[in-house]
Amino acid sequence: MIVAEQKPFEEIFEAVKDYDKILLLGCGTCVTVCMTGGEKEVGILSKQLRLAAKKENKNLEVLERTITRQCDEEFFDEDTAVKIKEVDAVLSVGCGVGIQHIAYLFPDVVVRSGVNTKFFGANMQQGIWSERCAGCGECVLDKYEGICPIARCSKGLMNGPCGGSSEGMCEVDPENIECGWQQIYDRMKRLNKLDKLLENQPPKDWSTHRDGGPRKIVREDMMFD
Amino acid sequence: MKEKEPKIIAFCCHYCAFTAADLAGTMRQQYPTNIHIVRLPCTGKVDVNMLLQAFVDEADGVMVAGCEVGSCHFLEGNIRAKKRVEFAKKKLEEAGINPDKLDMYHIAASEGPLFAKTAREFTDKIKSILEEEQKTAEA
Repeated sequence: MIVAEQKPFEEIFEAVKDYDKILLLGCGTCVTVCMTGGEKEVGILSKQLRLAAKKENKNLEVLERTITRQCDEEFFDEDTAVKIKEVDAVLSVGCGVGIQHIAYLFPDVVVRSGVNTKFFGANMQQGIWSERCAGCGECVLDKYEGICPIARCSKGLMNGPCGGSSEGMCEVDPENIECGWQQIYDRMKRLNKLDKLLENQPPKDWSTHRDGGPRKIVREDMMFD
Repeated sequence: MKEKEPKIIAFCCHYCAFTAADLAGTMRQQYPTNIHIVRLPCTGKVDVNMLLQAFVDEADGVMVAGCEVGSCHFLEGNIRAKKRVEFAKKKLEEAGINPDKLDMYHIAASEGPLFAKTAREFTDKIKSILEEEQKTAEA
């Protein structure tokens, strides 16, 4: 899922406090699962905004709504569209994709962001999410038996580990970041495939990642005529 | 002029604090009448939205009263509630509300007098916070 976290409240309030009426729009997919921008968080944030506005004697009306997905036009039902058009600004707590999609679908509407979008990650345990994919565009997971050196090595090394790996931890933050290459090595050992690591991997073609510019997938077989 | 009584919402667990409040009444223990009790099946039912909504609806103070640690009828509902209360305090502070206006207490079903005492003390605390705010606003 896409993992995001809420921006500091002060920053959010600053961005919307001078409007009279805003729509706080949540998203029912990734940000609901990572407990950042779902229906519940929309409820909490809207109450915070109301309390803060009252304290500063501002007349801020906050409408609340959470749709299934902000990155898909079909979920912007008529009622939501009417609300989006009637407010002074939309405060979205969807990920960066959702926020941009609102701006694309409603070009005349002001959109403000309530979250910082972080990474593609997995839920490790209740309340902990960890980065697992960097969306590089050319998956190398088969070569490394299911552990991605691009996303999980701080340096994205194709041939590792580097000299900064110590006792399974990464020199970038030895307290908190595990060495991705130590994990690759441990897994290869467990699967009895250590010889695979003797193969020298060529430099990665980064044109499939951001170096090739904004990416797009076109599936003609799925398109309507 | 009669002093304005603060509006206080008390979210009480059915198995302990609510029964304690009942007992306080039976024992003729006095506690402020401005405390509005909301009975919950367990303080584990407490949600951050619920706590903040009370403040949006003009509550001056909110207390959550659950079982003593280790005595929860549902094992750890009161511990979960405690964490949510802490989170809600943070959210209140961010919004400019004094987080001391929200607190959690542990009161067993047999402790009627403790419920009455806690209710009196919490009301006094809220009153002094409100007085302080009034003074700051006038200054």
